[in-house]
Amino acid sequence: MWMLEIPPFLPFFIGALIAAFTRGTLRNVIMIAVPIVSGLHLWMVPEGIHLQFTFLDYQLTPYRADKLSLMFGYVFHIAAFIAIVYSLHVRDTMQQVAAMMYAGSGLGAVFAGDLLSLFVFWELLAFTSVFLIWARRTQRSYIAGIRYLIIQVLSGVILLAGALFYAAEKGSLEFGYIGLDGIAGWLIFIAFGIKCAFPFAHNWLTDAYPEATVTGTVFLSAFTTKVAVYALARGYPGTELLVYIGAAMTCFPIFFAVIENDLRRVLAYSLINQVGFMVVGVGIGTALAINGAVSHAFNDVIFKGLLFMTMGAVLHMTGRINGSDLGGLYKTMPKTTVLCIVGAASISAFPLFSGFVSKSMVMSAALEEGFDWIWLMLLFASAGVFHHAGIKIPYFAFFAHDSGIRASDPPNNMLLAMLIAAVLCIAIGVYPAALYSLLPYDTGYNPYDATHVLAQTQLLFFSALAFVWLNLKGMYPPELRSTNLDFDWTYRRLLPAVLQKTFSVIWQADQALRQAFLVRFDLGLSFIARKNKGVSGLLSRTYPVGSMVAWVAVILAVYLFLSFVR
Amino acid sequence: MDNEKKYFFDNPNNIKRMMHVFYAICAILVVLDFVIHRHVVHSWENLWAFYPLYGFVGCVVLVLVATWMRTFLMRGEDYYDNEGKTELDEKQNNEIGGKDVDA
Repeated sequence: MWMLEIPPFLPFFIGALIAAFTRGTLRNVIMIAVPIVSGLHLWMVPEGIHLQFTFLDYQLTPYRADKLSLMFGYVFHIAAFIAIVYSLHVRDTMQQVAAMMYAGSGLGAVFAGDLLSLFVFWELLAFTSVFLIWARRTQRSYIAGIRYLIIQVLSGVILLAGALFYAAEKGSLEFGYIGLDGIAGWLIFIAFGIKCAFPFAHNWLTDAYPEATVTGTVFLSAFTTKVAVYALARGYPGTELLVYIGAAMTCFPIFFAVIENDLRRVLAYSLINQVGFMVVGVGIGTALAINGAVSHAFNDVIFKGLLFMTMGAVLHMTGRINGSDLGGLYKTMPKTTVLCIVGAASISAFPLFSGFVSKSMVMSAALEEGFDWIWLMLLFASAGVFHHAGIKIPYFAFFAHDSGIRASDPPNNMLLAMLIAAVLCIAIGVYPAALYSLLPYDTGYNPYDATHVLAQTQLLFFSALAFVWLNLKGMYPPELRSTNLDFDWTYRRLLPAVLQKTFSVIWQADQALRQAFLVRFDLGLSFIARKNKGVSGLLSRTYPVGSMVAWVAVILAVYLFLSFVR
Repeated sequence: MDNEKKYFFDNPNNIKRMMHVFYAICAILVVLDFVIHRHVVHSWENLWAFYPLYGFVGCVVLVLVATWMRTFLMRGEDYYDNEGKTELDEKQNNEIGGKDVDA
């Protein structure tokens, strides 16, 4: 059947092309139709290799479908659909086209069967998504976008280098299990790690996502990091190092999230925290853990998208996003408030919400495999997530002190998109079997036993109790207008300052050296000039007639001599 | 503001009522710990009220540490705002009176 050979990124790229030349309702209809049609098509696609050709001795597979990639393919379609509905009111061709291209690149990456195709989509992800940041059209977003692009492209270049080493080592570009042996393995690992926001490489995310447009951030939160999680799940399952990296990722961002004022930046930190759970799952590598990682990625795309959408709605309607400026919005934005609480409950993994049915798999796997301390860290991170994403986001935006802002609920298309996401969050939480049936492995896992439900509910309620207690005691840190230094300080402040100092020292030394040399040179010249300046000297301006006659005599003598020689 | 509609949380009694319900649920959850038989995987889970205590203490520590982090990480809101400008730009700005001014 020829239809099989249409890779899922193609409809999106064609959609982007059409979106560039159409306007108004027609464009909206096309943009909505693309993910629906493409999604239905993908639903019919069986597993297997659907597109393959040979290029310079290497077998390239731009389109390969298996359970792992299909899972990400489905959720990317859902995310694209929701985000497109959310952005229907936007009249900005650049954003619409970039968003379609970006979604297509994400799909291309998860269905890429070889490292070279993966590299192409990897870079496309960077180049298309940066326009969603630049579309904010402020100086801040422009500079943040440049930083984002540099880091993303760097990741791509490292991936390409790794792929070339891989081809040299293995003689094939096939993208399967890679593992951490040899240079190729490490290079590709680092490339994936940068996109996955590993600690110290995480600041592109917290830097750029909050600077993107209201609708752009919703797209951004869905694709880039999840592609990286997918890539790790395919290339490095069971790599123990990932367990520790992932655990660090779950823990450190929550501290920053607690003191951050920009609520979309709080969500960016909590995005790293959620990706940390997936990375731990990939690192443990058992069937249950991989299932947990993949299903958590699936759920995270939806609930994190929902949270970014609600905060986007707040920014869209009030023009403000800092916790210090907001508060009391539940009065006039009740629908957004309820939807935000659904997203918050999902990310906090309340029983009956989607986060619970996937996160608990990773936690159980960590415990089963004897990672006791990691399990404790994950437990702490779970409590922390609830604290900053589950309570802080809704509390400071919609409750807390009344800011006096009386913004109404956002336009209907935004509400509809949030509603779809919220319904999915609850549906998956209530009936996880549907999600589980799509997973790569069949583990027969059941999240709803009394032990799990009770433990998780206790953990969350007492985290909330801590919040209440701290608030009543006045010990909870107030939202302050501020910038918090993170690792990006090293390349935004420290490195430029050090380089500036170093180069100014080098320039000064260089100047002093040149000056000293010039002085010496001058002295030498004038010394030589003085020596030869006298009468009949090499450089003198006056020559006596006597010396002229003497030289004529010399020339004649030479002639005479030469004639003898002949 | 006087003639504005009264909202749910404007009434302190409503907040008080909600908090009481919340405290009651917390208490019930601790009691359930003794009623429901757990399938524990790890010995720590056998400790008395392990999950409630861990959640509570964990969050208090989280907030206290984060507050302490503010003492050395917090800067003004415009801390990074003059990045991307070189010293030359600033000199020019000072000399001509800013780029926005028509000379």
